[in-house]
Amino acid sequence: MHLAYPAVLSALLFSTGLYGVLARRNAILVLMSVELMLNAVNLNLVAFDVWLSKTAQDTLHSGQALTLFTIAIAAAEIGIGLAIVLAVYRNRGTSDIDKLRDTAETDDDSEPAQPEPAEKAEATA
Amino acid sequence: MTLAAATVTAAHATTTTAAETHGFLSPTGVEIAFLLVGLVTFGAAIVTVTTKQLVHAALWLVVTLGGLAVEYLLLTAEFIAWVQVLIYVGSVVVLLLFGLMLTRAPIGRSPDADSGNRWAALTVAVAAAAALVWVVVDAFRTTWIDLGDTAGGAAGSTAVTGASLFQSWVLPFEALSVLLLAALVGAIVLSRKTKTTAAAATTPSVPGTRSDKADQADADQADKEGAR
Repeated sequence: MHLAYPAVLSALLFSTGLYGVLARRNAILVLMSVELMLNAVNLNLVAFDVWLSKTAQDTLHSGQALTLFTIAIAAAEIGIGLAIVLAVYRNRGTSDIDKLRDTAETDDDSEPAQPEPAEKAEATA
Repeated sequence: MTLAAATVTAAHATTTTAAETHGFLSPTGVEIAFLLVGLVTFGAAIVTVTTKQLVHAALWLVVTLGGLAVEYLLLTAEFIAWVQVLIYVGSVVVLLLFGLMLTRAPIGRSPDADSGNRWAALTVAVAAAAALVWVVVDAFRTTWIDLGDTAGGAAGSTAVTGASLFQSWVLPFEALSVLLLAALVGAIVLSRKTKTTAAAATTPSVPGTRSDKADQADADQADKEGAR
């Protein structure tokens, strides 16, 4: 198999995940897009490991070991990320990342606007 | 020693000659299968990031991850493929669906699933895709992966992966278990601390309302954890 096939698919999946991270508003959809990017990296690691393990005789199979580590780290990341999203949702009533702008820098050095009480009640997608 | 060097050079010579004899216009069966599954995977990924129905996005993510598992099988990395099915399709998507349900995601179409900077995001993504595909194709145009069996068996069989994992990668493996334990404790702390402060906030005041102080403390805690 040509190495270009998995490499191109991995690049396309990574770009798709990049679009999702930039364009989505729901925090959980952003986490899904992050998973897409991590899977693109995994596909690259597996493809290059198969290529290099056939080329060289002594190999550590570092690509597959790193893929397993990435999968485990992604599982941990999704657990912590969902805990954070649920905590934010419980406190703010929304998981819309466009509305979570408390630490945003404003042009003038005024106080950051406190969230309105009505904003907490509304639950958006 | 010299025998190993000779086999290395012989393997290298076979890969280079294979790269010269195999063209893109005469794909092998494995390549056709990889291409078809790759098209399904990429299409499902596109639907995942563009659909307006949030639960459908999670279900299309299942198709994407399952397609990637098939791609791993085609690349003879069978252990990775089953780990992918177990962890991603089995647990990560279920966790995402739980998250969607717990944040009361609407079942039908939600018009504000995409933010306003969609066109900027599309521009950045298309530019990144074009640059990456160009560089990758230019670099690995003639590289050929030999998927056939060698003396050591398939490159990603469970025996090979387990041997390398527990011979060369034992220390990172153990460190990873510590990391998983830390993630477990962190998730418990993240969901438990808010519960105790909420209970402390609701007991002195009217039930159902919260004091602003505890709310602000919770928000600060969440911001700290998010920034980490």
